[in-house]
Amino acid sequence: MASGVAAGSGFLYARNGALLAAALAYPFLFRQSFPQDLAIKIFLFGGLASAWNVLGGFAGQVSLGNAIFFGVGAYAAAVVQTQWGWTPWAGMLLGMAASAGIGALIGYPCFRLKGHYFAMATLAIGEVISTLFMNWQWVGGAVGVYIPLRDDTWKYFQFGTTKLPYYYVMLAFLVSALLLSAALLRSRMGYYFRAIREDQDAARSLGVPARRYKLAAMGISAALTSAGGSLYAQYVLFIDPHSVFPMMLSIQVVLIAILGGVGTLWGPVVGAMVLIPLSEFTRIYIGGTGSGLDLIAYGLLIIVISVIQPRGVLGFFRKAGAA
Amino acid sequence: MLSIDRIAVDYDGVPALHDITVRVPEGAIVAVVGSNGSGKSTMLKTAAGLLHPSRGTITFEGADISRTPAHEIPKMGIALVPEGRKLFGKMSVRRNLDMGAYTRTSRAEIERNLERVFRFFPRLSERLSQQAGTLSGGEMQMLAIGRAMMSNPRLLMLDEPSLGIAPNLVDRIFEVIADLNAKENLTILLVEQNVSEALSLAHFGYVIQTGRTVLSDTGKALLDSPMVRKAFLGM
Repeated sequence: MASGVAAGSGFLYARNGALLAAALAYPFLFRQSFPQDLAIKIFLFGGLASAWNVLGGFAGQVSLGNAIFFGVGAYAAAVVQTQWGWTPWAGMLLGMAASAGIGALIGYPCFRLKGHYFAMATLAIGEVISTLFMNWQWVGGAVGVYIPLRDDTWKYFQFGTTKLPYYYVMLAFLVSALLLSAALLRSRMGYYFRAIREDQDAARSLGVPARRYKLAAMGISAALTSAGGSLYAQYVLFIDPHSVFPMMLSIQVVLIAILGGVGTLWGPVVGAMVLIPLSEFTRIYIGGTGSGLDLIAYGLLIIVISVIQPRGVLGFFRKAGAA
Repeated sequence: MLSIDRIAVDYDGVPALHDITVRVPEGAIVAVVGSNGSGKSTMLKTAAGLLHPSRGTITFEGADISRTPAHEIPKMGIALVPEGRKLFGKMSVRRNLDMGAYTRTSRAEIERNLERVFRFFPRLSERLSQQAGTLSGGEMQMLAIGRAMMSNPRLLMLDEPSLGIAPNLVDRIFEVIADLNAKENLTILLVEQNVSEALSLAHFGYVIQTGRTVLSDTGKALLDSPMVRKAFLGM
């Protein structure tokens, strides 16, 4: 970014404008259900990976438990409807607040741990929370929550006849995640995050209260992930602990961010554009036989990419050292 | 100014320091010397609040800082130049200096400190936008000292500033340390393996062995003491 200078920033505006225009026009060019669904998933996972990237990429704290916040967001949107008749938008805000709070509760003890130990702790807590929801009857226990069906409505964010509203809302989710990340990268806080990532002791010796900033990164990451979970719940209209708290989801967002380019603005988006189609197409063409062949191919391709370009897919477009 | 009084420190139960006493009077250069693994760095990390003593106390200008968290220490006027420099390698030289000014809020003061850093290390001003990780070893050490100076400390603690630096630059670094002391009235606590350079620079010296303070005197007297000559200078 810094090397962009004056001419570069004009180019960046033009490029980002063109990308946005293309994204806005896409559903009119691809009217079938599958390509629209694919794009919605790319936006969702791009946004989730960006959210992870705030904590894992910028601040360097690798969380393997972000499904916690995704699930909390999904449940918040669904349960406020079934229990209190609220709109899912209110549930989304509630979920974001709850997730930020849960993130702080997890972070407070776990940020004493560094590196792999922090990652392992978040992984374990993710499983604990999934089990808790499995046994919590008020939110449907293992059966899950069916969101009551309605006619197309913005108030309850449900559209049975068209995917367009979901498409644009997911796009807005991704764009918000990117704008927030870009703002963070330029802010003082963003520099403190990176200082903590590069050397926590050095940052602390300069007066940076490392734990406070790590909690802030966790809170931002959790709230953003939670918003994605709420939108997902409204998209599929049925959630259960298996679908919104899977460990696989925690790992997938990490994979997307790392494969795209960890700690960069566009890495998570590029990662989602590569990995989500990869997983969908391997599933369509060689899945469904029960053999798990699609997952083998998916895993193999991930290995190939990371061997060829350890800096992430974005590394193909950059000279070394420009990150 | 700083008084480390009979501290013991352990890493999760494994003892590293047994009984360390070091006193740093205001305005002095104090050198702590000892061989690899003697506990010099651990002592400095403890003074910087990155570790906390299990016994003994550390006081700074009369206040007990034994349990003060690391991020509060710089506000009190202590800055650490850590071992191995610990720069933020992927940030520019300028951003590293900015990070050093974390505790400073006045723009004017930050500018003043920046100018002072450039006065001591003109070369840094030529490399402001360069990534810190691409500097040479000597430049990195200059940046690490400059970064510490940005918090406008009264006590500067340096952990092995001569480590991994070309010999001619080592002299330059020690010159700068002497200058900082003489011209800027900075009190200096220095930990070094380069015993002869450190002790000839220092007003007072301490010798540490396996986590204990075993000898203390003026720098000159220590240089001449038979124990130091035999153990460290090979004479």
